[in-house]
Amino acid sequence: MYLGRVVGTCVATQKVDGLTGIKLLLVQPLDRDQSPSGRVEVAVDTVRAGAAELVWLVGAREAAHALEEAFVPIDAAIVGIVDDLTVGEAR
Amino acid sequence: MRLCDVVGHTVATAKHPAFEGRTMLVCQPLDADLRPIGPVLLAVDRVQAGIGDRVLINQEGNGSRQMLGAPGGKLPIRSVIVGIVDRVDRAHEASPASARDAAELTPRGAPG
Repeated sequence: MYLGRVVGTCVATQKVDGLTGIKLLLVQPLDRDQSPSGRVEVAVDTVRAGAAELVWLVGAREAAHALEEAFVPIDAAIVGIVDDLTVGEAR
Repeated sequence: MRLCDVVGHTVATAKHPAFEGRTMLVCQPLDADLRPIGPVLLAVDRVQAGIGDRVLINQEGNGSRQMLGAPGGKLPIRSVIVGIVDRVDRAHEASPASARDAAELTPRGAPG
């Protein structure tokens, strides 16, 4: 699971059946200082996240477990909106 | 499993119901020399770890579901802190065995 910043939305009209009615957002994965880490990706939103919000995501097979329908072809889901993030120094 | 240092924690009000009542910690993965490597990850805490602790993280859904009480069910949780590491010993010679150990500790696979 990892941190990300919502950077946009994605609209797809024609998609597989299980993805009907699902909101897709563009997310930039972040590092500990909230700097970009890796490429922007499309993630399914399960928590009504909005533009520019700091969120956390779950990847791989477990992303689909965030949805009602467990057998949908997704590999990233937004599962939390971060209100406060405390990050100290590594030891 | 990955060796990590706990470097932070999160507070979230809006979250998937599966995260209700769970502690999410920010963890910095470590390489074979215990130096930070790669971006931080978030993991559910099962061992009362805190900032500054060196921990062991299981990054795989099946084990996580069993541990968090949803075996065979649905749970959108992949990374779980399963131990607080007291000590890590590592051979200093570049022997085949230590090279293999180093390879074991090198990050691989999908994020999150």
